[in-house]
Amino acid sequence: MEDLIRIRDLSVRFYTYEGVVHAIDDLDLDIKQGETLGIVGETGSGKSMTALAILRLVPYPGKIESGSIVFCDKDSGGELELLKLKEDRMRAIRGNKISMVFQEPGAALNPVFTIGDQISEVFLLHRRQELGRRAKQRVDSLLSDGNGLAAGLKRPFWLWQSRLYSKIAEGPHPLEPRFLSHLPLFRRLLWRLKDEAGLLTVDMLKDVEIPDAARVAAHYPHELSGGMKQRAVIAMALACSPKLLIADEPTTSLDVTIQAQMLELFRRIKADKGASVLFVTHNLGVASEVCDRLAVMYAGRLCEVASIEEIFLHPSHPYTKALLNAVPIPGKELQTIPGALADALNPPPGCRFHPRCPSAMPMCQQERAKLKEVSRDHMVACHLF
Amino acid sequence: MVKAVDGVSLAVKRGQWLGLVGESGCGKTTLAKTVVRLLKPTSGHVYFDVPDVVKAEIEALESQGKNSGKLTSLLKENDLATFSGSRVRLLRRRAQLVHQDPFTSLDPRMKLKDIVAEPLRIHRILSGEAREMAVKELLSRVGLSAGQLGRYPHQFSGGQRQRIAIARALATKPDFIAFDEPTSALDVSVQAQILNLLKDLKSEFGLTYLYITHELLIAESVCDYIAVMYLGRVVEMGRPEEIFHTPHHPYSQSLVAATPVPDPKRRVGRIILPGEVPSPANPPPGCTFNPRCSRASDECREFEPELKLVGDDHYVACFHPLQTA
Amino acid sequence: MSDWKFMARQLVRNPLSLMGIIIIVVFAFIAILAPLVAPPPGGHWNPYLIPRDGYSATPQPPSEEHIFGTTQGQYDIFYGVVWGTRSAFRVGLVVIGIVLAVGIILGSLAGYFGGVIDEVIMRITDIFLAFPALILAMAIVSVIGPSLRSVMIALAVVSWPSYARLIRGDILQVREEDYIEASRGLGASSGRVIIRHALPNAIYPTLVMASLDIGAIVLSAAALSFLGLGAPEGYADWGQLTSFARNWIVGPPGDPLKYWYAVTIPGLFILFFVLGWNLLGDAFRDILDPKLARR
Repeated sequence: MEDLIRIRDLSVRFYTYEGVVHAIDDLDLDIKQGETLGIVGETGSGKSMTALAILRLVPYPGKIESGSIVFCDKDSGGELELLKLKEDRMRAIRGNKISMVFQEPGAALNPVFTIGDQISEVFLLHRRQELGRRAKQRVDSLLSDGNGLAAGLKRPFWLWQSRLYSKIAEGPHPLEPRFLSHLPLFRRLLWRLKDEAGLLTVDMLKDVEIPDAARVAAHYPHELSGGMKQRAVIAMALACSPKLLIADEPTTSLDVTIQAQMLELFRRIKADKGASVLFVTHNLGVASEVCDRLAVMYAGRLCEVASIEEIFLHPSHPYTKALLNAVPIPGKELQTIPGALADALNPPPGCRFHPRCPSAMPMCQQERAKLKEVSRDHMVACHLF
Repeated sequence: MVKAVDGVSLAVKRGQWLGLVGESGCGKTTLAKTVVRLLKPTSGHVYFDVPDVVKAEIEALESQGKNSGKLTSLLKENDLATFSGSRVRLLRRRAQLVHQDPFTSLDPRMKLKDIVAEPLRIHRILSGEAREMAVKELLSRVGLSAGQLGRYPHQFSGGQRQRIAIARALATKPDFIAFDEPTSALDVSVQAQILNLLKDLKSEFGLTYLYITHELLIAESVCDYIAVMYLGRVVEMGRPEEIFHTPHHPYSQSLVAATPVPDPKRRVGRIILPGEVPSPANPPPGCTFNPRCSRASDECREFEPELKLVGDDHYVACFHPLQTA
Repeated sequence: MSDWKFMARQLVRNPLSLMGIIIIVVFAFIAILAPLVAPPPGGHWNPYLIPRDGYSATPQPPSEEHIFGTTQGQYDIFYGVVWGTRSAFRVGLVVIGIVLAVGIILGSLAGYFGGVIDEVIMRITDIFLAFPALILAMAIVSVIGPSLRSVMIALAVVSWPSYARLIRGDILQVREEDYIEASRGLGASSGRVIIRHALPNAIYPTLVMASLDIGAIVLSAAALSFLGLGAPEGYADWGQLTSFARNWIVGPPGDPLKYWYAVTIPGLFILFFVLGWNLLGDAFRDILDPKLARR
């Protein structure tokens, strides 16, 4: 499978009052086209930060120190180095080619706008030309079919609209519509764009299985339940058919039965849209439900990455094994990992996991292990291999 | 009016680890807080360590209907719903609650030693050096070192804070501890440590636990008995193996089916429950589960099912349970 | 604890807050060292009475004997402003002390218990807040009789309602926190919960307001004294000194600023005192917000 995202030597550091935190430490990771890659880890593993780094949304006081994230966009036929893009080009990618779904659906939605407005916003931002084209079609059909006095009076406006919309449909940032959009009364001429966006929005809501989509689009976020809100957020993320959907613990705040619905939705999205999904979670069970491949991170570093069956059947890295043993399975004894999570400010030298590792060797204290291939498509960073 | 808990009858036996399982809005937190009297029940009785004879007497008097003075005095002494003042204080020594979020359940401006010593101060247990020793003992019992006595909560991790909360709950040597989803805010590895700690403490001090969780897997692996709640009612009660392998109530079944297990082979054939959890302010008529139930009949839409015995210590409230006895 | 250290460092780093601290510290020194800086005449002289050098009504400009000059009635301005610093601190701190005590008690009772107690206390504060502050203060002082003590009482009466409200609001917020419920669950009495848990966590915005208010209170006290309702004649109080200068703000037509020292010097002392406290209060507020967010 081809690569969609290639992350190499990514380092993200946080310059806090108490010291420097290495949130991500020389990360190498690939996301392939059409696959669902899961990143599993605990607090401080860097999994959420990886997701944010791809979209260059790392919050202050964090900084992407070094590394490269290459985005292979088949459509535009090129490889983009995301970390070197100018901000306005990056903005054209966010929500459009790569979009993100966060943990708290309530927090991602603006409480003073309706769901429909917020999803339409995505279309208005990124699919303006398409909207212009559709609007022009509608106006043109009115022009050709319109008869009678009312049509006659509206004709000049329709002609003007048709011209405006064709300008929008043709090229980015056409002058006349842009100018008019700032004038109070004349702005109304462009209302059809919003209208068309609204239609696309309702389609999108139906896609994410929201019942009674047209009515829900007119609702405000506080009128919806958690599961519905999360679906709305997913609709926003999928609106422009992105190549990569990043989901940062999207089901953690939802009830179990709702989570099951959501995971089913993710599986269907994968099948229908063919997008790649980067699924960040701390729950191994959830990961096994939706992911094709799984990456395990600890203290900002990648420990192991392999297909989902490989990870569960043949876990190689001691941390992966310990994590699997720590999941409470009825009938099985609960095995804990001794010690505590690596201190972010003062992480252990060498391999970050060595103080807690049952198979630690003297080497582990001094040197960090490199990623090695232990079997087909199964990489582990451990001195045991 | 929101019926957070609607006609729940539940018994926790001494030494038992009872798991209360359900999703948001099912009333499990409300129930736990009522048991430790942080909330007052609107109606009903809550008995803490009351002998069966007394309960039978109360029941007999109540069925007679008249409001006798004897009844009121019996209730005042035994039903913690009517407790006030010193009775409540005594109850607090014996029944404790550990909150869900370790990041907000500790006073951010109190030092560790003051947090754990507070119950001792309130109930005037020990003093001076003896008190300090007791605090240090409690901390070491939960796996925290005495060198951190002067620190503040924000200097500890989530798992450590939850240990502090547990140490605080143990200070008055209670018989009973209610846990409100104590590990849901914690990482997987930390969760395992806390669960093992709870196991050790329970056997060492002979405690009784009421353990709330929305994760069936946890309830399965540590609890002796499970009660499944939905929208303020208990829908099924039984031993963990039975609930997990042979659930009788359709809701329990979908809960089991919806729980993700880290096993890639266990994916297909899952029963996905449609619809949303209704709001407790507006419960559907009849059996509260009927709008989402694939087996709902007219009877379900009109009447509320009662808990019936269907096996060895196994109860179900359903008109069409999955397994017929 | 690293919290205080962090706060202290923030205070010192910010140039404005540093200025505020320096100003207040300078004033504190002046107040403490008043007997040395401006020694009172010997005997049973009440040090707060400004010594007079004659009885002429016309203020005299600064000279060797009188560093800041003299004001109407030949009261030494230098002596007046130095000992006036003590009066200023006294007025500010005493009034704020009373106001905080009353406000905290009533505000926390209202906030924590709610219900009838809350209603009653809030209606009482409503009544007090219905009066224009300065007018009510003037009325109270007039009834009791003008003196610095009655000024303090009047200002305390006028200021406490805002604090009660502020604390009530913060307590309402803190009341919902888990650790409050946990404390109740441990068996703590309401009093214990309020004093040991709710108040320490809710008090910070109130302390900020208090530090900003000290300046405002001293200003109001000066205003009352200026109107003749405060300290008695000849008392070492900045407001009193400005009251003396009332007739000399503008001089004779040819030289309007002839008697500038009479009003300007006490005025400057008031200005810098209030400025210092305002800067300090602002700095507190700025530090507390990000610190709380930092967690």
